[in-house]
Amino acid sequence: MASRLLTSALFAGFCAGLLAALLQLVFVQPVLLHAELYESGQLVHFGADPVSANPDLGGIDLMRDGLSVLFTALVYTGYALVMVAAMSLAEAAGATVTARSGLIWGVAGFVAVHLAPAVSLPPEVPGVAAADVVARQVWWLATVVASAMALGLIAFGKGWVAWGGAVVLLAAPHLFGAPHPDSFTGTVPPEVAALFAARALGVGLAAWVLLGAFCGWFWQREGQRQGAAA
Amino acid sequence: MNAVANFVVVAKSGVLSAVLVAALGLGIVFVTGHVQASALHDAAHDVRHATGFPCH
Repeated sequence: MASRLLTSALFAGFCAGLLAALLQLVFVQPVLLHAELYESGQLVHFGADPVSANPDLGGIDLMRDGLSVLFTALVYTGYALVMVAAMSLAEAAGATVTARSGLIWGVAGFVAVHLAPAVSLPPEVPGVAAADVVARQVWWLATVVASAMALGLIAFGKGWVAWGGAVVLLAAPHLFGAPHPDSFTGTVPPEVAALFAARALGVGLAAWVLLGAFCGWFWQREGQRQGAAA
Repeated sequence: MNAVANFVVVAKSGVLSAVLVAALGLGIVFVTGHVQASALHDAAHDVRHATGFPCH
């Protein structure tokens, strides 16, 4: 059981992580590098002269981008371990888990881990004003846990008590409010910050849907392989 | 004795494996995404921003 869980999660997480890293390097990294020019003061928004919206961002930085690929693969492997574990429990309880149903698991994972926190704490470019990092991490974690529980209640709960509880869990973190800065000191133009948040969420959705499908597929494949070997 | 028997039942049913594997996954996400040690922060910096973690 443990080897089926570990094997399928490691394969699924690594495959989804590599694709996520590729998408991030193509779509998110240029916006991040652009923002860093404002963070470091090389470009100044609302200075005396108009600033080009298409600065030279440099090429691929092997060390920096290599670390990004490594850490993206690690993060998605971590998510895969959690998702495959949840899939195994759902299957034991009678649900059918396939690559196809994995797509919905992926969307749910995206909503819990990316979209729900982003509703009150949007993905930040470097150089924007933000509240204390520990306070934001605590709020982020609480929101992810509450949202994941809510989606579990929607998917597997029966009756209005479960569904009503899910709505409360989804809304509560945003009614409570995320930590925000006391004043705005960000140096990055809103156009760049908005594009960054949209790209981060778009790539996140693609990566999570892939992760869900890979988790479902490898989970079934490992089950058949180990079943045949037994 | 009952506790041991229950433990065996739980382990066989796969719940224990699932919980341990999920805990391992959460540990990996915590280390890559949230630990503020500066070496880790610098190495994972771009990923933390791109995946929407609170970074700095």
